[in-house]
Amino acid sequence: MAGQSAWPTPADQKAHATILGKSLPEMSDAFIEIDHVTFGYDASRTILNDISLRFMRGKVTAVLGGSGCGKTTLLRLIGGVHAANSGRVVFDGEVVNVRDRAQLYRMRRRLGMLFQFGALFTDLTVYDNVAFPLREMTDLPDELIHDIVLMKLNAVGLRGAAPLKISEVSGGMARRVALARAIALDPELIMYDEPFAGLDLISMGVAANLIRTLNDVTGATSLVISHDVPECMAISDWVVLLAAGGRLVAQGTPAELMASTNPEVRQFVRGEPDGPVKFHYPAPEMAVDYGLRSQA
Amino acid sequence: MAKKSIETLVGLFVLMGIAALLFVALKAANLASFTSGETYGLQARFDNIGGLKVRAPVRSAGVVVGRVTSIKLDPKTYQGVVSLQISSGVEFPKDSSAKILTAGLLGDQYIGIDPGADEKNFAAGDVIKQTQSAIVLENLIGQMLLSKAGDAGNENGDKK
Amino acid sequence: MNWLAAIGAWAMRGLGSWGRSALFFVDLLAALPAALRRFGLVVSQIHAIGNRSLVIILASGMAVGFVLALQMYYALATYGAAESLGLVVNLSLVRELGPVVTALLFAGRAGTSLTAEIGLMKAGEQIAALELMAIDPRQRVLAPRFLAGAISMPLLAILFSAIGISGAWVVAVGLIGIDPGNFWSIQQSGVDVWRDVGNGVIKSGVFGIICTAVALYQGYVTEATPEGVAYATTRTVVISSLSVLGMDFILTALMFSTR
Repeated sequence: MAGQSAWPTPADQKAHATILGKSLPEMSDAFIEIDHVTFGYDASRTILNDISLRFMRGKVTAVLGGSGCGKTTLLRLIGGVHAANSGRVVFDGEVVNVRDRAQLYRMRRRLGMLFQFGALFTDLTVYDNVAFPLREMTDLPDELIHDIVLMKLNAVGLRGAAPLKISEVSGGMARRVALARAIALDPELIMYDEPFAGLDLISMGVAANLIRTLNDVTGATSLVISHDVPECMAISDWVVLLAAGGRLVAQGTPAELMASTNPEVRQFVRGEPDGPVKFHYPAPEMAVDYGLRSQA
Repeated sequence: MAKKSIETLVGLFVLMGIAALLFVALKAANLASFTSGETYGLQARFDNIGGLKVRAPVRSAGVVVGRVTSIKLDPKTYQGVVSLQISSGVEFPKDSSAKILTAGLLGDQYIGIDPGADEKNFAAGDVIKQTQSAIVLENLIGQMLLSKAGDAGNENGDKK
Repeated sequence: MNWLAAIGAWAMRGLGSWGRSALFFVDLLAALPAALRRFGLVVSQIHAIGNRSLVIILASGMAVGFVLALQMYYALATYGAAESLGLVVNLSLVRELGPVVTALLFAGRAGTSLTAEIGLMKAGEQIAALELMAIDPRQRVLAPRFLAGAISMPLLAILFSAIGISGAWVVAVGLIGIDPGNFWSIQQSGVDVWRDVGNGVIKSGVFGIICTAVALYQGYVTEATPEGVAYATTRTVVISSLSVLGMDFILTALMFSTR
């Protein structure tokens, strides 16, 4: 990637795509559609509240929000792990039915997920982890798998780390191995659960670069769950902001959200400690708590 | 660890287990003494089989020659019908008798066959007619008490 | 009336968890054919579960054999029946102690390690990763371990009994001076292969299934925290042990009833 800046700007992306011979249609269709979905693990807590979203084919969409906004739950619903309480999830035109095992199987072969801490199989080596989906889901001969695994590792810059054990790789490297594993079968949808959490700046830059480049080169649809504003703004085509309780606050291009006058959006993108999301957890009056005055 | 060495170790483990099973079965249990040869069946009828159990040994001159395979009650004659399997190499004359004996004073009961003198031998399925029932302890004590009472009565009679 | 409702709620929760574990067990059985096809996975699990338990089982077996021989000798010598020492030790081991003690040790050593492993895999999202890769974790992770446990337990139990009898031989013939020929022949006439040894093997098979299924279930449903995993391993040992002892009573009553 000589001569390319760390943060691909939208102009860079357009140029990149044109060089590859692909056009960026302005109104690409939705690869994933969330249609008025409500979900809660039990009746007391609603995690997602009547959410409607569209994730465009071939684009990087970031879903931002504080912890507990239901971002990870969204990924689980798309992957068919849980069924929505109401509403529907549409995967490339097909409504996701969690009871239909055959459909789930077909769907999951087309998606790759990068878990927050990698979720690598700790009893296998780096090579075996990346080879795992290939060995399980295909009948390819070992020599071919060998080449594919090394290609994927090369894409994330870890071809030399293939023989290492998982216990020997650092956190950032583990994340990249997990990414290589997620793209082993060349999925059409790549979901990233907090890919930047806990990484140093260099690793963050590497991860962001990889997410963007992979998306453009393979034409996949990328869905990034994060609360890391600068990175996401730099690499996304579309940003969605959720609030606690699973409520959709705003969505738009990165530029639109950065310039938004919505107080919730401003607090989030600027990282202000107090605003619509309160700093103080609800508590009785200070004077009452410190015993200076009895409860009025 | 290499796959090969794991497989070898697991194979060793399974072999050890099978060896242990064979050791216990042969050296420490009665598998070895099972007659692998052919057997033939006989029946014997007893008025009282006492504590005889299925799989009890059948001995002649103290040597195990067979096993008891089933014990039933004949509803017409109210006798106990005991089925035996005897080793094919051992044959008994048609007038042999079967007794229910006890191993030791209070041990398990078994069937002892005393050979008779007939020229013809039992064929498979024959019934041993001459039998002696098991000694029931209560009857023995009752007999002893009666004879003691009888002796006491005789003495008294003599004294008078 | 609150305590009544509390008892009711507790009973309902108990029933619910019974139901869940029964469904889990059925799922395990359904996943067995797939595990049989991937026998390499089962083999490596037998290594982890069975081979790694060998040391403790053999050591305990030898120790129990020694102690049993000594204790039984003191008791039998008063009745002049010291020659039957081998028989008594053999029957105790093969019918009861072999299956039961091995099961308890197995639950402690292999059961807790299974629970912790599955629990940590769940906590590290490895199970979720498998699901999203369209791989059934029950087929790939749980069923091979279940099969391995069910195969290993009977082998370990019979090894325990064999080593125990050998240990008793050392004490009886070596220390006490019982005639070696008598030692074996009294056993051979007193121990029935099918009734005693065979039933013991059946018992250990049942115990193996129970212990492994409980360990896998506890690991699968544990909370993904350190306390959760610790609690789950405790539950594995407690539930396995109580189930084994309870099942032992039932099986003994069924198998060794006087006809």
